Amino acid sequence: MIEITNLTKNFDQFTAIDDLTFTVKEGEVLGFLGPNGAGKSTTMKLITGFLSASHGTVRIDGFDISENPIEAKSLMGYLPEGAPSYGDMTTLEFLNFVAQVRGFRGEEINQRVQHVLDEVELNSVSQQTIETLSKGFKRRVGLAQAIMHDPKVLILDEPTDGLDPNQKHHVRELIKNLARDKIVIISTHILEEVTAVCSRAIIIAQGRIVADGTPAELESRSKYHQAVSVRLSENYDLAADLAGLSEVSEVEKDGEDEMVFRILASDGKSIFSQVSEIAQDKHWPVTEFHVSRGQLEDVFRTVTQQTQGAQ
Amino acid sequence: MGNLPIIFKRELLSYFATPLAYIFIVIFLISNGIFTFDLGGFYARGQADLLPFFSFHPWLYLFMIPAIAMTLWADERKTGTIELLLTLPVRLADAVLGKFLAAWALIGIALLLTFPIWLTVNYLGDPDNGVIFAAYLGSWFMAGGFLSIGSCMSACTKNSVIAFILTVSICFVFVIMGSPILLNAFPAWIPQFFVDAFSAMGFLTHFDSIAKGVLDIRDFLFFSVFIAAWLLASAVVIEMKKAN
Repeated sequence: MIEITNLTKNFDQFTAIDDLTFTVKEGEVLGFLGPNGAGKSTTMKLITGFLSASHGTVRIDGFDISENPIEAKSLMGYLPEGAPSYGDMTTLEFLNFVAQVRGFRGEEINQRVQHVLDEVELNSVSQQTIETLSKGFKRRVGLAQAIMHDPKVLILDEPTDGLDPNQKHHVRELIKNLARDKIVIISTHILEEVTAVCSRAIIIAQGRIVADGTPAELESRSKYHQAVSVRLSENYDLAADLAGLSEVSEVEKDGEDEMVFRILASDGKSIFSQVSEIAQDKHWPVTEFHVSRGQLEDVFRTVTQQTQGAQ
Repeated sequence: MGNLPIIFKRELLSYFATPLAYIFIVIFLISNGIFTFDLGGFYARGQADLLPFFSFHPWLYLFMIPAIAMTLWADERKTGTIELLLTLPVRLADAVLGKFLAAWALIGIALLLTFPIWLTVNYLGDPDNGVIFAAYLGSWFMAGGFLSIGSCMSACTKNSVIAFILTVSICFVFVIMGSPILLNAFPAWIPQFFVDAFSAMGFLTHFDSIAKGVLDIRDFLFFSVFIAAWLLASAVVIEMKKAN
């Protein structure tokens, strides 16, 4: 379990992280979201003990990162932002080095290194120096070193940045497989990734938590939650037909496509059945008709801009 | 015993993974040859000792060691690997010491490879090999002094060229601190103990006596404490600077 209590980090006059408190339990995959400069990477650097906090504590399975750094760090695997590694070493040399630092000796080293090479599919480049590898491979080398000791806690700062769609999919599958009895914290600004792999998401802005919940819960905060999206084949005044329906708050025209309308539900009530009844009665010229779960992007923008506005 | 040997090995091998180690060793050997035989007047002196060889070492180290030291921490910070290294279960002390010892070992290897000069002087005459051995050891310790300054300067900046210039400048000050030219320039009203203390910090003060064969444990102690102090400073600077 990771317990973060009143975590604060000041750089000179600037408060990068402002009194964060949250816990993450085994089995959770926590997506850490926020605009650039919100403090995602700083938080990860504080959790992994690279930076020391101005106030507050980070405990990994009871080990305080500042009091028992070696024990706490032994429990964690960390992929820093940009996946740094020693460019003049080959993939194999580098992973051997990490395995040794992680405390493996003798034959164990080869076993572990071979295991992670297989896991992230790096066998083809094991003899190449890391600086000659493509961005995607470098990222996978970073992932390989992070999972070397099968850590209880895996902290990944933008793990899929710079990967192609296939590699992204592969890394997400990997994270899902790893996650079962572990704690995974990933930072990302790709919102679809949160829906794809995370069981929980925290959105931070200006160093504070502005939203915390499962992706579905966050989506339900969107004004598009339960909204019905309709594509028409010809012009038709939907709003007139829906006027009597109190659950409908607004009919919105899509910004991009003239013939697409969104019928927004008030207070997140389900309006699908009512709207579809009306659509059949009135013979709407419909070509597409579906319910939206809500858009995480929309929630993200709302909660992060609110904080900016408040400042 | 933590991860010090593992870091040491990685660092040392990485010198040899690039041309750096080879270039350093070759240039070191060539410069030593030129200094000893041409400028030092090795033959003309007609004495079977290695004084001309050793007396150029402070000046040779002044430029060659900052070149090795400049990347120690500056590159780690520039490429971000410092974040990787320090989030592994590694004590900062192990990292600082491991890196230092690896670079020091490289210099030691270069120094050992000057053995033909030792053989030459034994072939030509009958030198005091004990003195020569002590001088080798003293030279290596002095190199450690230069290197420890370099380690600290390299921790101060992400830019290795700046680290190089800072290291050369500070090393130069320590080299000339004990030189008579500088000491004579002190006005008479400055207390003698201050001048003595100042002179005692100079590399030449300690190295000259070692090179001449005066084996005083205090000279070795000086370099050991000097190295320890600068490495401690390196650790403090890394701790302070790693955030930016």
